Amino acid sequence: MSEPTTALRLDVYKTYKLFVGGKFPRSESGRVYEVTDRKTGEWLANAPQGTRKDTRDAVSAARKAFGGWSGATAYNRGQILYRAAEMLQGRRDQYVAEVALSEGLTAKKAAPLVDAAVDRLVWYAGWTDKVAQIAGNANPVAGPYFNLSTPEPTGVVGVVAPQGGTGFSLLGLVSVLAPVIATGNTAVVALAPGAPLPGLSLGEVLATSDLPGGVVNLISGRTEDIAPTLASHADVNALDLAGVVAEEGPASARDLEVAAAETLKRVLRPESASHDWTTAPGTDRLLTFLETKTVWHPMGM
Amino acid sequence: MALFDYAPAPESRAAAGDIASTYGHFIDGEFVESTGSEALKTVDPSTEEVLAEFAQGTEADVDRAVAAARKAFTSWSALPGAERGKYLFRIARIIQERSRELAVLESIDNGKPIKETRDVDLPLVAAHFFYYAGWADKLEFAGYGSNPRPVGVAAQVIPWNFPLLMLAWKIAPALATGNTVVLKPAETTPLTALRFAEICRQAGLPKGVVNIITGDGRTGAALTAHPEIDKVAFTGSTEVGRAIARTLAGTTKRLSLELGGKAANIVFDDAPVDQAVEGIVDGIFFNQGHVCCAGSRLLVQESVHDDVMDALKRRMSTLRVGDPLDKNTDIGAINSAAQLARIQELTAAGEAEGAERWSPSCELPSAGYWFAPTVFSNVSATHRIAREEIFGPVLSVLTFRTPEEAVAKANNTPYGLSAGIWTEKGSRILWMASKLRAGVVWSNTFNKFDPTSPFGGYKESGYGREGGRHGLEAYLDV
Amino acid sequence: MSSSSTVSGHLAASGLAEVASSEASLRRFLHGLPGIDAVGLQARAAGLGTRSIKTTAKAYAIDLAISMIDLTTLEGADTPGKVRSLCQKAKNPDPGNPDVPHTAAVCVYPDMVPFAKDALGGAPINVAAVATAFPSGRAGLPVKLADTAEAVAAGADEVDMVIDRGAFLSGRYLEIYELIAEIKKACERPDGTAAHLKVIFETGELVTYDNIRRASWLAMLAGADFIKTSTGKVTVNATPANTLVLMEAVRDFRSATGIQVGVKPAGGIRTTKDAMKYLVMVNEILGDDWLSPDWFRFGASSLLNDLLMQRQKLASGRYSGPDYVTVD
Repeated sequence: MSEPTTALRLDVYKTYKLFVGGKFPRSESGRVYEVTDRKTGEWLANAPQGTRKDTRDAVSAARKAFGGWSGATAYNRGQILYRAAEMLQGRRDQYVAEVALSEGLTAKKAAPLVDAAVDRLVWYAGWTDKVAQIAGNANPVAGPYFNLSTPEPTGVVGVVAPQGGTGFSLLGLVSVLAPVIATGNTAVVALAPGAPLPGLSLGEVLATSDLPGGVVNLISGRTEDIAPTLASHADVNALDLAGVVAEEGPASARDLEVAAAETLKRVLRPESASHDWTTAPGTDRLLTFLETKTVWHPMGM
Repeated sequence: MALFDYAPAPESRAAAGDIASTYGHFIDGEFVESTGSEALKTVDPSTEEVLAEFAQGTEADVDRAVAAARKAFTSWSALPGAERGKYLFRIARIIQERSRELAVLESIDNGKPIKETRDVDLPLVAAHFFYYAGWADKLEFAGYGSNPRPVGVAAQVIPWNFPLLMLAWKIAPALATGNTVVLKPAETTPLTALRFAEICRQAGLPKGVVNIITGDGRTGAALTAHPEIDKVAFTGSTEVGRAIARTLAGTTKRLSLELGGKAANIVFDDAPVDQAVEGIVDGIFFNQGHVCCAGSRLLVQESVHDDVMDALKRRMSTLRVGDPLDKNTDIGAINSAAQLARIQELTAAGEAEGAERWSPSCELPSAGYWFAPTVFSNVSATHRIAREEIFGPVLSVLTFRTPEEAVAKANNTPYGLSAGIWTEKGSRILWMASKLRAGVVWSNTFNKFDPTSPFGGYKESGYGREGGRHGLEAYLDV
Repeated sequence: MSSSSTVSGHLAASGLAEVASSEASLRRFLHGLPGIDAVGLQARAAGLGTRSIKTTAKAYAIDLAISMIDLTTLEGADTPGKVRSLCQKAKNPDPGNPDVPHTAAVCVYPDMVPFAKDALGGAPINVAAVATAFPSGRAGLPVKLADTAEAVAAGADEVDMVIDRGAFLSGRYLEIYELIAEIKKACERPDGTAAHLKVIFETGELVTYDNIRRASWLAMLAGADFIKTSTGKVTVNATPANTLVLMEAVRDFRSATGIQVGVKPAGGIRTTKDAMKYLVMVNEILGDDWLSPDWFRFGASSLLNDLLMQRQKLASGRYSGPDYVTVD
């Protein structure tokens, strides 16, 4: 009974939403802003305009998740990050399209950037149970004591996602986010306001990777709303200013650092806006958001 | 009167060597006068006798010192690591040779007992230089990449509680990694740093590698804000640490901070109780409690609270407070009138808020700055004495019922420098140690330090580590 | 001295009377004592060892130490002549200097007790006899009882017994408790008085500080008047740290029961400097109540001469030499 149909089939558009506490809420403000094709300027989607309150909720979610995630075995964290790589691989085409539109690239040029993001997740998945072995130390103290230094995650890390440089929209985001969570921190990310779609979609990958809700929270919106909220929030332990571009004003590196000083947050300063995110990352970011804990115990009969 | 009364056993004051009546700065290998005319006085806090006048460093003085360090950096950083190391080995050895002199001088200037400067401070100072001396030609194996480079000129500001030891913690790793330094000692304890300058000269250290500039917080602010420095290392109050972090915001300058603390010392019902009591006493009365990692909050399990308090009070009654130069003194003088006022203010607040105050009967000298060892029981988490750093010989006692509660209370502070655990149960120690948000966890011991062991805090106790392999990182560009 | 009935009364009052009612109960009690962290204990002992005892304090401490000595000879080669000589030294340690105090006691093997009693005459110096198959303790109970009874009958004022370390290390605490209680009975004299009982643990063979603390409580519960570290016959004898454990035990035992027990480190204490360290510990751990020969003793032989030389130095300002003190 089938008839050839010529009727137009409408694509189903995706409603992009925030990723907070493992759920996909709209912004509490109900506001969205237009995201456009980097090259053509055409409308692509409406992204939620995350607010200070959304950011605060995300910090609460990240704090709540910290105990479980930092207490999970390193092996388990590695499994989950690897699972995230698998999920990203499976949605490769979607991300190639989003990265191309976000960064103004052809699909052909965007594809290796997505592949590199998958590989970066794999790289960090392998680091989770090794970082303590390169950052820890048995210390030969001059006395009858067992003395061991081990790295521990700093806590809740606020991340300003890269806003420029080769591969910034997905590979860059993964490159700053993965090392933060690989070591057991939880994260609240201010996504690149001009290119939030790969980041918002990354929530879908993370949500299907057994990552506990709240470990990663992704907020799109104005950096000058989100970043200063993170910088001044007393329950945020550290800031990664990777994507900060403002030279002046509340979202500038200087102002954010000043705000962070109030509670002595650890601050990683901005990455160059033209950074090539395809270069090998090394261990710098992995080792940044760690605290060294040194435990002493006497040795005696 | 006790049957067995220890006769005075004073260390010779003359062993401190000659103290000049006035001191300038040590810049570019020379002792120089300040460009300004303002002079400060340092006093013996046990007598209030003025020991010497010293210069209040001006911005021009800071400029000169930074310029000297900048100039010296080129050749010092280019020196083979092995040669840099040999200078540090020399310094370590000279400190050992002159340790009695330095110990006495430190006791006089700081007020801390000679027993501690002799048996703790000075041995650790020499050991710290010896440890980092050995790193100087091995940096590529330290785990910070194959080509670690020095950062440049380090501005270092240190506190008055362990004047020479904090100097060692700052200067030894900085020099080993090829940096040059401008160091400002605290305004109440400049003498051993100035004596250290002489040691640099005896060691033949190239001019400008170490510069010592004296003065109060204004000098410190000028130094840490100087445009030509590359790194700031600060040990002191959280408040000043915050201000420095703000100053360096938006620059490329590096910063490491070792700030305040309000450490919990947690005693379980199965603790080795006699050693726990020693650990409590050592934790809060060592160095008059002028210790950022002091175990100032005793968390004791409710079931043994009374026993522990009885034993603690009995032990406190044997503490000997008095002349810092008497070899039998356990607790010396409070470092300054200002610090004494702070301690008095907070202890008054403790009483006003309803905590129960106790001190052993002890006679305090009439001159000088003194405070009897004090313990507060029935302290609530909301009391100021349970939250604010007193930085004096004052212990606040709180109770807990379960390990979870102990962890929650221990972590309930913006600080995170150190913590103590007392229990004979191994698995509980490891569980507790993993839950405590503190940079140093002493289990069944307290207040132990070693140059190989990294020290530093979580949260508002600062960032970066001093000591051990980790201590190199703050001075390396990797 | 408390009579046995008073002791049991105190124990009952402090809830400790039933502790030795069974092996299991005794074991539970001893293993329920607080643990000892070895490093912390040693650090505390070493810390007290840094006290600087000068001038008047030193003069006081030297005389106190002399008065606390159990001047000891425990050799296979001991003879009545050797013991008589020792007793003269105990009475009058420095012949040219009559204000030197006498020692607390002389300590000899049981068969030497009559000679010691004879030599001491009416001097207020006790005779202590090591008994119970000293030093190993490896003999049956009848032999140990006979050993003790002989010493007491010969006039011993004090009996230094050894515990069975083998039994202790294999956990047979009740056996040791009963041994001590039996020996305590054997110390009784027909007139109702009793020789003082010192219980030697041989801490060097118990090895751990936890064991030493348990042995201390075990002995005190069983009625020891004194607890004593060592025989002087093994590699590790008295040390500041193991004596500190004994001191903490007698301190805590008195808090718990009201019964005061004495402490005697023995073996290896040879110099004035060593003795000062122990006296500082007595002073700061136990206080005035123990600062007398009734409650603290040194089991030593060569220590006395070093104390005498130091005493001469304090008096004259000149260092003395071995030719100026007597060889005994």
